Amino acid sequence: MSSLLTSEFLAALLSGAVIAGAPLLFAALGETVSEQGGVLNIGLEGMMLFGAYGGFVVAHWTGSSWIGFLAAIVAGLLVALLMVVFCVRMGRDQIVVGIAILLAVEGLTSLLHAAQFGTSYPRLGAVPTVRVPWLADVPVVGPSLFGQPAIVYIGIALVVVVWWVLSRTNPGLHLRAAGWKPAALDNAGVDVLRVRTVAVLVTGALAGLGGGYMAIVVAGVFVPFMTGGMGFIAIVIAMLGRGRPLWVAVGAFLFGIALSSATSLQLAGVNVPTDVVQMLPFVTVILALIIFARQSYLPSALATPYVRGRR
Amino acid sequence: MSEPETRVASPPPAASVKVLSGVWRGLGPIVYALVAGGVLLLLMGRDPIGFYATTIESGLLSQTGLEQSIIRMAPLLLMSAGLIVAFQAGLWNIGGDGQFLIAAAVVAGLGAPLVGVLPYSLALALLCVIGFVAGAAWTIVPSVLKAWYGVNEIITTLMVGFIGIRLANLLIKGPFLSDRSLVPQTDVIPFKYLLPYLPGTRIHLGIVVALAVLAAVHYMQTRTSYGLSLRMLGASPKAAAHAGLDVKRDIVTAFGLSGGLIGLAAAVEVLGVWGYVRADWNPAFGLTLFALVFLARLNVKLVIPLVGFFAVLSIGGHEAARRAGLPNDFLLLLIGLILFFMVFTEWARTKGWTAGMRLRAAGRTSQREAALDE
Repeated sequence: MSSLLTSEFLAALLSGAVIAGAPLLFAALGETVSEQGGVLNIGLEGMMLFGAYGGFVVAHWTGSSWIGFLAAIVAGLLVALLMVVFCVRMGRDQIVVGIAILLAVEGLTSLLHAAQFGTSYPRLGAVPTVRVPWLADVPVVGPSLFGQPAIVYIGIALVVVVWWVLSRTNPGLHLRAAGWKPAALDNAGVDVLRVRTVAVLVTGALAGLGGGYMAIVVAGVFVPFMTGGMGFIAIVIAMLGRGRPLWVAVGAFLFGIALSSATSLQLAGVNVPTDVVQMLPFVTVILALIIFARQSYLPSALATPYVRGRR
Repeated sequence: MSEPETRVASPPPAASVKVLSGVWRGLGPIVYALVAGGVLLLLMGRDPIGFYATTIESGLLSQTGLEQSIIRMAPLLLMSAGLIVAFQAGLWNIGGDGQFLIAAAVVAGLGAPLVGVLPYSLALALLCVIGFVAGAAWTIVPSVLKAWYGVNEIITTLMVGFIGIRLANLLIKGPFLSDRSLVPQTDVIPFKYLLPYLPGTRIHLGIVVALAVLAAVHYMQTRTSYGLSLRMLGASPKAAAHAGLDVKRDIVTAFGLSGGLIGLAAAVEVLGVWGYVRADWNPAFGLTLFALVFLARLNVKLVIPLVGFFAVLSIGGHEAARRAGLPNDFLLLLIGLILFFMVFTEWARTKGWTAGMRLRAAGRTSQREAALDE
């Protein structure tokens, strides 16, 4: 067991956690925004997948990871637009539309990928990493946490931004009101549908970026179905974070550790089945729910379309 | 014509028109989605008409294709029945794939030792019960959390579903691992112990089981007090509690029945088609069936033709995609599009400008004109 505490193991675990946790962080921050606004975004996985596809294709064409990230954001926005039109504007069922989004994006990206690349899987070059001065020189922790691609630091900055907007600004207040008491917000003269529209679009942009990160930074390729449930994990993280971005970040990091520990454990010579490791985060959450589930975790108007005058 | 006295001020639309608009309500989204999918195929340089023709030909018109489609319908119908039970009670059971795989792993793992010991039909019946129980057991955590603590079941079923998918793999690679195969899988149940064929065909008994179960579910929902209390629960949990229903019991039993039927679907698929389960096998019927069940508006009678349509699409579409050099996932896109068009036409109906409405309006005016002519 002493081999578990070697610096190689810790370094591999930490950097793996950041790599696997960053897309979760983007998507879960996005989901936090839309959940606080009262829209349960089951289509998150679809937004991530389309972001991954769009990001990869554009990064492949242009050779620039930054333009790729922008394209991923646009791709996520496009999918989010469907959610806006159907759920926010037409007031249709959020779960049905979310599942429609996921199925359609899975089919579409797989088809487009096959039509463009056939069965060849072109690779992108590695994304350059940025070393944070001083901090990156700290042994073990330094290189794994502070020698990441710049987009990771943007993700960490976004945690602060989302926290600040949600808890310290008027738009944040409107957003939370749209999730907890939309009628009150309407009475105060704020357009609930507009607030929710912006919320869903922000979610789409962040989820698309998370997907783009998976394709451009982590994998370097696009593979159909590559998001593999990450969107759903992000929904869970957002739900457990209960609208507090800092907890969302902690959750994303912990899930990142769980997802990457299989590889790190193998590096340390401990052979735990992948199935067990990938099950652990969900088992933990379910246990937490069983032990602590005594109160509501979610905004009261979540998943209910807002129609003026209807109770 | 023989009794003009029964005429009322505003005559209701003719029955035939009503049926037509009802049919269009279900069929419209499918037609729109097929057209949209066809346009996409055209853009990709494929021949959409040829694609759909191959689908119909090898999924419906050829002998083996038709048999394959009917065989595929059995687990799909049983799983739909399970989803309908939960959705009608207002419970979002989204973890169906986990329930399916747990049951499949248990049935395949226990199947090989059991069939040798017990008499043929007893073994099959027992394995179906085992599948049902395994699927039902996999809903206990979400249903108890929902019933006692009000924890949102969308998330819990999803998470427990993920755990189920992994646990099924662990079971297959652990206690149920076959030592006679190079790839991780369960022991194979010998062919002679699998579900019997219907006379004169190569279709196993599963489809009969599925139709019987659907009929029973329909009866339960429309003719029993339990069915009524589930529908009340779905319409308004508060009203159900106020009316004195045991809401907690209803949540737990409805969830159990839902998971049980999904487990039965897995048992029928394993005992009818495969005889074993391989690690990482996941047909992932859950989300697509979710779509179909919604398109059928949770109506058991409508689910049967829709599942039939889907079975033909998935069997025939496989061949069509292979010939067109496309991945099989075109089907997912079609199902997603169908859902979108369904959602859209429903919204359009609330705005009063759909084909169905126009049809009905046309029916009314023509009737009125006919009445004036008399």
